[in-house]
Amino acid sequence: MVLLALLAVVLLAAPLFADRYVVSVLTTVLWFAYVGQAWNVMMGFSGLLSLGHALYVGLGAYASAALFVHFGIGPWLGIWVAMLAATLAGCFIGFLGFRFGVRGVHFALLTIAFAEVARIGFDHLQWFGGSGGFFIPVAGDAGNDLLNLRGSPTLFYYVILALVVGALALSRRLLHSRLGYQWLAVREEPEAAEAVGVDLFRARITAVAVSSALTALGGVFQAFYFNNLFPEQVFSMGRSIEIILPAIVGGIGTLIGPILGAFILTPLGELLTFLIEVSGLDLPGLKQLFYGVALVVIVVYRPDGVWPWLARRLGLVRQPGEDA
Amino acid sequence: MPFDYYLNIAVSGVLTGLVYGLAALGLSVIFGVVRVVNFAHGEMMVAGMYGAVLLSGFIGLDPILAAPIVAAVLFGFGWLLQRGLVNRFVERPEHMQFILLLGIATIILNAMLMLFGPDSRNVQVPYGFDTVELGPLLLDAVRLRAGAGAIVVAAALFAFFRFSRTGKAIRACADNPLGARVVGLNIDGLYALTFGIGAGVVGIAGALMTLLVDARPQLAPEYTLLSFIIVIVGGLGSLPGALLGGVLIGLSEAMAGFLLAPSLKSLFSYVVLIVVLLLRPQGLLGKRS
Repeated sequence: MVLLALLAVVLLAAPLFADRYVVSVLTTVLWFAYVGQAWNVMMGFSGLLSLGHALYVGLGAYASAALFVHFGIGPWLGIWVAMLAATLAGCFIGFLGFRFGVRGVHFALLTIAFAEVARIGFDHLQWFGGSGGFFIPVAGDAGNDLLNLRGSPTLFYYVILALVVGALALSRRLLHSRLGYQWLAVREEPEAAEAVGVDLFRARITAVAVSSALTALGGVFQAFYFNNLFPEQVFSMGRSIEIILPAIVGGIGTLIGPILGAFILTPLGELLTFLIEVSGLDLPGLKQLFYGVALVVIVVYRPDGVWPWLARRLGLVRQPGEDA
Repeated sequence: MPFDYYLNIAVSGVLTGLVYGLAALGLSVIFGVVRVVNFAHGEMMVAGMYGAVLLSGFIGLDPILAAPIVAAVLFGFGWLLQRGLVNRFVERPEHMQFILLLGIATIILNAMLMLFGPDSRNVQVPYGFDTVELGPLLLDAVRLRAGAGAIVVAAALFAFFRFSRTGKAIRACADNPLGARVVGLNIDGLYALTFGIGAGVVGIAGALMTLLVDARPQLAPEYTLLSFIIVIVGGLGSLPGALLGGVLIGLSEAMAGFLLAPSLKSLFSYVVLIVVLLLRPQGLLGKRS
């Protein structure tokens, strides 16, 4: 707890003493921590492997951006439309998958397939800019406007920080609720859970709904932070993989895991970019190659992720299986 | 004559689909026996493509003649991969196998990107622009050869699994790993052999593919997904199903590319996948487990 409080103070004060670059890196870290947290609700809590979370990011991003660009309606309303769009998509996929008994790897493929359909579809939807991209006009010096999410990098930094804290609190609360225990039961032993009266379909579909709605908020943030959206990037399979990496590295199913994973991966990636620049090597795939190696090393040597191991080392775990 | 038009496009699609089917066959063999989804399949296929490109560039070898060499190299790679890494994951949860192979896929893809760069590389063959006339059909010589090559390799693979002792042993492993171990089969060895065969087969598919498509690293994830789609459409674990699925996807791609827009052709494959997953999750020729 002391560590967590210290971290919170450092993060809250960071924009006061850190320069723009550090703030932008921290924003990226927190973004991945946030969407990783959202993904974790499905995979970590309920055992549903989604490899298409870019779909929910993209739907959230496009829904809120289109409202803003076409109708001048800011994200204060856009977030609800974004969450609704992503939740509907998630529930639709979940409904199809769970009703027809699509499990495991097949379910993962179904999520990829829908993300790919969205990618190709948005490439052809001219209302959303098509493959040429969709742009949100940059506000200039209008000052900070939270309701319309226009303003300085510091504003965005605090918004994403608040999202991470909110997602962490929500996850913690959910995990210790009736629903959370049902999720864990469904993840570990679906048959046994069903035998004691857990409605498998309902438990799974709520996990998808919560996860996709949370992820959509990450999409809204992305749209207004970067001001541009390209289907080839937003919905790409590579993006879906980037989303799942922090949780895997940090520890699937733990509360701190996705955050820790993001704090490990993004700075390492930045460091690598820096080293590549300094050394003058122009090797476009080196950074991704490193991510691949990291993935293999983690899954071979720390299959449960870094956090459970670290927590044990720090003596934070009171009982086996309980995360701090 | 519009009918001839359609027929030509359909037959071209089927021929391309045979190569797709061969690639998917490799995936199906690995999944059917080792029960691990090879998420690096498209990456291996593109590695096969680069193998053929290099052999063609340096010693002027025709991709069809390069295929056995490429297959041997990829067989070795697949064998080592199974022995060294994947074998420890056979009993682990599905998502961990997925993540492991995702990591391997990322490594192969970016290694190729670093070695060969992002630009397309192609092979030059003397018959590159020849066409063959068959009744109303006017077919590219390259497509005809690629399709024929795929059929020959697929037939050899079927024969191997049906008639050879090793092939039968591998099928026994697939049906009942515990029983196979009890009667004294070396499961780990057979798994490594199977992974090697799957990798070799997809390597051949890659070599044949260079006749039709220029090699680019970015093709790899597309081919991985394409192979998955085909295997699921055809039926997991069914070898004829994989070939049939490949032909169907090749056909639908060609038709969608012609009737709608080339950029929409893969959308069509995903729609086919979603429909099959929902209506017949075991695939067209798969058995209900």
